[in-house]
Amino acid sequence: MADVQETQLKNQEATFAFGKKERKLLSDPLNDNNPVTVQVLGICSALAVTTLVYPSLVMAVAVVFVCAFANLAISLMRNIIPGQVRLIVQLVVIATLVTVVELALKALSYDVYKQLSVFIGLIITNCIIMGRLEAFAMANKPWQSFLDGIGNGLGYGLILIAVAFFREIFGKGTLFAGSPAELKIIGNTSEYLLNTEATWWLGWYANNGLMVLPAAAMFLIGIFIWIQRSYNTKLVDIS
Amino acid sequence: MSNSKVILFVLTMTTVVALLLSLMYSGLKDIHDRNEAIYNKKEIFQAVDPTANDMDADKIESIFDQSVKQYVLNYDGDVIEGERADKLKLDKEKKKDAKVRKYPLYVYQEGGKTLYIVTLRGSGLWDDIWGSFALKDDFRSLAGASFGHKGETPGLGAEIKDNASWKAQFKNNKKIFDDVKNQYLSVRKGGARDEIMEVDGIAGATITCDGVTDMIEDGLGPYFRHFEKLKNGKTGQLLNK
Repeated sequence: MADVQETQLKNQEATFAFGKKERKLLSDPLNDNNPVTVQVLGICSALAVTTLVYPSLVMAVAVVFVCAFANLAISLMRNIIPGQVRLIVQLVVIATLVTVVELALKALSYDVYKQLSVFIGLIITNCIIMGRLEAFAMANKPWQSFLDGIGNGLGYGLILIAVAFFREIFGKGTLFAGSPAELKIIGNTSEYLLNTEATWWLGWYANNGLMVLPAAAMFLIGIFIWIQRSYNTKLVDIS
Repeated sequence: MSNSKVILFVLTMTTVVALLLSLMYSGLKDIHDRNEAIYNKKEIFQAVDPTANDMDADKIESIFDQSVKQYVLNYDGDVIEGERADKLKLDKEKKKDAKVRKYPLYVYQEGGKTLYIVTLRGSGLWDDIWGSFALKDDFRSLAGASFGHKGETPGLGAEIKDNASWKAQFKNNKKIFDDVKNQYLSVRKGGARDEIMEVDGIAGATITCDGVTDMIEDGLGPYFRHFEKLKNGKTGQLLNK
């Protein structure tokens, strides 16, 4: 009897169902339960890395990877992790994955690694990841946890890229600076400088120095929360 | 769960993790070292050719193998035999006293033209900044410059590296030192007033730009002593090597 139960349990764990519940795991963090604008987690890195779009994009991919696989690993081990040391175990798993990302990035794209090195290391301190491990992966099956990790990573990445988009255009006048697809959108790179590349329709705009400072990200995230709550009224706390 | 089981679990986990990471690190170390060397070479060579960043790895390596000679100077401007400039760790050298520091010099020779690339390191707003200056064979006129930084603000201080038109100022008639006026090239906030000895500053990056000025003023001594010896023929054999 016990054997039968065990095999049933194993079968359940092995299923890769993709029903309504799983889709919700992916879509919820993008809007209704966004880690940044609703749970207000991961703010510190959202302020720090979002001056340029390209590093933010790499950062978002790294967080999706770390969040998904940390969730998976913790969920697989959830029944054998001793309760007393579970936070330390979670930290070790996150730190390992972050180091893997860092080493891989250093080998694959050294330029981006140079730009992001400090921030990649700081994924370890991203409260979203540890929050998901503690709140979801410790109590759910591996496949669902994996999806939850991807969803939350994407929800974080979405806000990151949206913030970086506005900060880069208005702060630096470019898009995707640092990547092969760099675009010049508006403004001179410096108002004291005669920029020969800028044409008349670019030149009218002077870069906004505030946008490259972390405070601008705070304002932008505030505005995003405002917009989100004005159309998604179930988020508004009526009490 | 008993304490011994907890300890066993933690020990097993850390062993597995340590093994995994050290394997990955040692497996990728060669690629990392090569990437870093190429990155540094590209940064230095941008002083000669602003498009160096887009070159592929093999091209930049062949340029350094064939057309660039590397020397390491001491404080007095003498060449330290048997050392290569690209092996120097400039962040560590910067912490040493100027008199015991080692100074990298790259000499680029192509089609009868000789450029002396000096690499200086100074302090920006948040952390170290560095720059490579390509000097023509009068040892004063600039042929180009490239800059790097560890953590300057993108859009402000980081413009010393990102802003191509700012870097493009460091050539044509600009000189890094004027013997008559005894004056070094400086970055002027609000726009250059001297056509030869000043370049425009970057708005919002005053401290980083002042760091560039200080870096030029503080770091050139050993190179000038070396160039003086080259001119007087004391180390004339160096050029023919």
